[in-house]
Amino acid sequence: MKQFITFIRKEFYHVFRDQKTLLLLFGLPIAQIVLFGFALSNEIKNANLVVCDYARDDASQCIIQKLSVNQNMQIEKVLLSHTQIEAAFKTGKVKIAIVFPAGFNASLQHFHTATLQVIADASDPNTATTLTNYISNIVKEYQQEITRLTPMPLQVTTQVRMLYNPELKGATNFVPGVMALVLLLVCVLMTSASIVREKEKGTMELLLVSPFNPFLVIVSKAVPYFALSLVNLTVILLLSVFLLDMPFHGSLLLFYAESSLFIITALSLGLLISNSTSSLQSAMLISLMGMLVPAMLFTGFMFPIENMPMPLQWISQLIPSKWYYTIAKAIMIKGLGIAAIWKETLVLLGMTTGLLLVSLKKFNIRLQ
Amino acid sequence: MRTIQFLLAKEFRQIFRNRALLPVIFVVPVIQLLIMPLAANYEVKNINLSVVDHDHSSYSRQLIASITASGYFRLAGYNNGFTASLQEVETDKADIILEIPAGFEKNLVRENKQSLFIAINAINGTKAGLGGNYLGAIISNFNNSIRLHWQAPARWQPAPVIELRSSNWFNTYLYYPFFMVPGILVVLVTMVCTYMCSLNIVKEKEIGTIEQINVTPIKKYHFILGKLIPFWVIGMFIFTAGLLLVGRLVYGIVPVGSLLLLYAFLSLYLIALLGLGLLISTYADSQQQAMSVAFFFIMIFLLMSGLFTPIESMPGWARTIAACNPVTYFIDVMRMVVLKGSSFTDIRVHFLVIAGFALLFNSWAVLNYKKTS
Amino acid sequence: MKEVVINTNRLTKKFGSFTAVSNISFDVYAGEIFGFLGANGAGKTTAMRMLCGLSIPSSGTASVAGFDVYKETEKIKRNIGYMSQKFSLYEDLTVLENIRFFAGIYGLRNTAIKQKTDQLVQQLGMQKELNTLVGALPPGWKQKLAFSVAILHDPKIVFLDEPTGGVDPVTRRQFWDLIYAASAASITIFVTTHYMDEAEYCDRISMMVDGEVKALDSPSQLKKQYKAASMDDVFFELARGAKRSAD
Repeated sequence: MKQFITFIRKEFYHVFRDQKTLLLLFGLPIAQIVLFGFALSNEIKNANLVVCDYARDDASQCIIQKLSVNQNMQIEKVLLSHTQIEAAFKTGKVKIAIVFPAGFNASLQHFHTATLQVIADASDPNTATTLTNYISNIVKEYQQEITRLTPMPLQVTTQVRMLYNPELKGATNFVPGVMALVLLLVCVLMTSASIVREKEKGTMELLLVSPFNPFLVIVSKAVPYFALSLVNLTVILLLSVFLLDMPFHGSLLLFYAESSLFIITALSLGLLISNSTSSLQSAMLISLMGMLVPAMLFTGFMFPIENMPMPLQWISQLIPSKWYYTIAKAIMIKGLGIAAIWKETLVLLGMTTGLLLVSLKKFNIRLQ
Repeated sequence: MRTIQFLLAKEFRQIFRNRALLPVIFVVPVIQLLIMPLAANYEVKNINLSVVDHDHSSYSRQLIASITASGYFRLAGYNNGFTASLQEVETDKADIILEIPAGFEKNLVRENKQSLFIAINAINGTKAGLGGNYLGAIISNFNNSIRLHWQAPARWQPAPVIELRSSNWFNTYLYYPFFMVPGILVVLVTMVCTYMCSLNIVKEKEIGTIEQINVTPIKKYHFILGKLIPFWVIGMFIFTAGLLLVGRLVYGIVPVGSLLLLYAFLSLYLIALLGLGLLISTYADSQQQAMSVAFFFIMIFLLMSGLFTPIESMPGWARTIAACNPVTYFIDVMRMVVLKGSSFTDIRVHFLVIAGFALLFNSWAVLNYKKTS
Repeated sequence: MKEVVINTNRLTKKFGSFTAVSNISFDVYAGEIFGFLGANGAGKTTAMRMLCGLSIPSSGTASVAGFDVYKETEKIKRNIGYMSQKFSLYEDLTVLENIRFFAGIYGLRNTAIKQKTDQLVQQLGMQKELNTLVGALPPGWKQKLAFSVAILHDPKIVFLDEPTGGVDPVTRRQFWDLIYAASAASITIFVTTHYMDEAEYCDRISMMVDGEVKALDSPSQLKKQYKAASMDDVFFELARGAKRSAD
């Protein structure tokens, strides 16, 4: 046992002496939280709107007025010509255009109907759809205003309640995701790099010759990262709760227990990668290139997994961070207990066991 | 000049002999380009709806039918009590609950007014907002169809209807990959070139061959060119394979604008990125350090480039960061030239900025790299 | 009067408050085999790196092949060869590719490259290994190859930093044969080593202890001076008071 502690202490020295790596370990999660919390959002703001008003009557002026006070859009130009719209789109400065045909108001008054054209730069489909929706809502608002005079029969109204996140804060969605992502990537990267580096330098053989179970030697490499990850997790949690007003309704104990499980899963994955490559360069490149973007995509906090084609949904089942993301959301935001997440917990347990078994087998083969 | 030839021959030999590295450079980006655009999709569909029906009337049936017919919603649960539906939301089987009160149909006709109750899982605020809007729109349409059914239009003054005709230019069917593929390609090229270039040089530092080079009369700029050129070529290659092969064959993306313009920008961009890799390698003593620093920057670049979320929506300070990010400019150029056919005049500022980055990173790196310490 | 190819005068290198090399002064003459000895941590590698133009001295003067170590490092590099302690050829390139690469870097024309390659291969007996990756060669062969590559461009001086580390006695002997051949071709050899029997092969030896040159003479003279039977004893005499023990 004492020897195990000695190994662990050595590993801690390695980690703390490398400042640039510490930058990654702690700096990245903090940077991500700040960015996601304050900078990244799917809402569309400050979008430039171009207006082509051929009507120049009360109705068009009224709608234009509404558009100009809307927070999400800014009226860039009040152009006259249709053909100038394409040029404006090409400069990338304008995202959407609205065209009022001549006689707009007159048509509304006499025929009770009129058409408006909305032209969107759909190179970004998301912005196009969202902006079109904003405009459509504003137009509906105007429509309702001019019909307020006549009461509508058979009115079906809706009462909407937002569960878990009434203020529609973005933090509730991505903070668990950032936790999952950061823990996964950092643990896998660091563990595999640490082990492969010793292999390359040759000091691994020294360790293996010691009268200590070689597999435990390897495990001792993972321990500092386990501790560091818990610290990281705590920092992220504190930042999100106090800086971003993220709610935390569930049991702290359960949260840390599940997080520890997930960290072990990530470390096991790192172990497996390190057992499969002998060159530090390839270990790192595989972890970096092979895992970064898939982890971001398939954890489920950036894009909804349900929308992906089926094969991709199956792939996402294999990514440990996806399961942890569900668990974290359930505990932190929904305030649920183990009863709700036993299935996901089992999956993580299974993954960890599987990864460790394969690593052990590969490791023993190599020793032979 | 001859020296560079020798350097290049050595570099290419080493790169292609590295069995472990080749798949990472060539295969992994292609696979990611095939998978990622399909996954990166903000469309909201297949929302799971759980209905609590206290009424069991023809109206409730019609309403549910029109909801599921819209294509946006899936009926995930049909219960008699709210608790059952709530549990479905708790276990993520359902996203939205629609509660139809008892006597809905009867009371609507008698009292002219009824309320439906909706509860939405709002952990993902955007999804909740959109889902709520869709459901609201469907209910509103349902409302209108009931009205028409019950009363002839002449009995009430028809409300003025403003019809919105929307056209989508450059991407008529709102095909999401058109938007994501160019951006993802940029990210992949960036990752490969920056990581590989910085790791490559640091590796030489670690094993000691760099000392052997430093003791020869090789000029500094020869050595640096010898390191940059191979990865520049590789970057060009990956980009071409990604855009013209995968992009065209798998996604049907045909660049609208000038390919020449695109490649001119790409060349400059690669020089800037490789300069960054070089710069990182002059500060790192070990491969792990180089990797950590490179990873940190790439992550920040990724998030702040407008790839996943629009830059215009960011607060002022974040937009400044995005403006200092070379990736932002290339993604912008890609989307503008490939999808809209923008011309040089439209992107001349981008060119200027990237040239600035290329100059900055490379000069800094060259100044830093000392053959004699 | 023999030509001086290396001249140092109170050459010093400090790293912060630590003085690695302190006021060393010595000359090396053309064509001689000069042994640069010392315990671990004595400052040998640091001194050598200054002479190779890899490190700028803190104070003192030195010139190598007639060029100043402060201002003319690039000119020095054109006239010297170097074999580092950490084996510095490319393990993932073949023997032939390594030779061609370094020959080209030193500016040899294609015909000269071909000629030199044949000569080298002949001398080392590596005809069958031309297309073998250097990483696959046994260690002794790697050192011999590295040495030959270091003198490909006919430099005036070649610096060897512990060239025979970890090599069996037969290969060491063969290595020194190569050194003699080079010396006969008027290349000055500046070699550091731990092996005291190799010290006997040198024309003159200097001994560094704790950053200073403590002795400088031919092996026979030194043995007389310290009343020692072998260079081992001379070394022991000089180095046992050393305070530093690691480079």
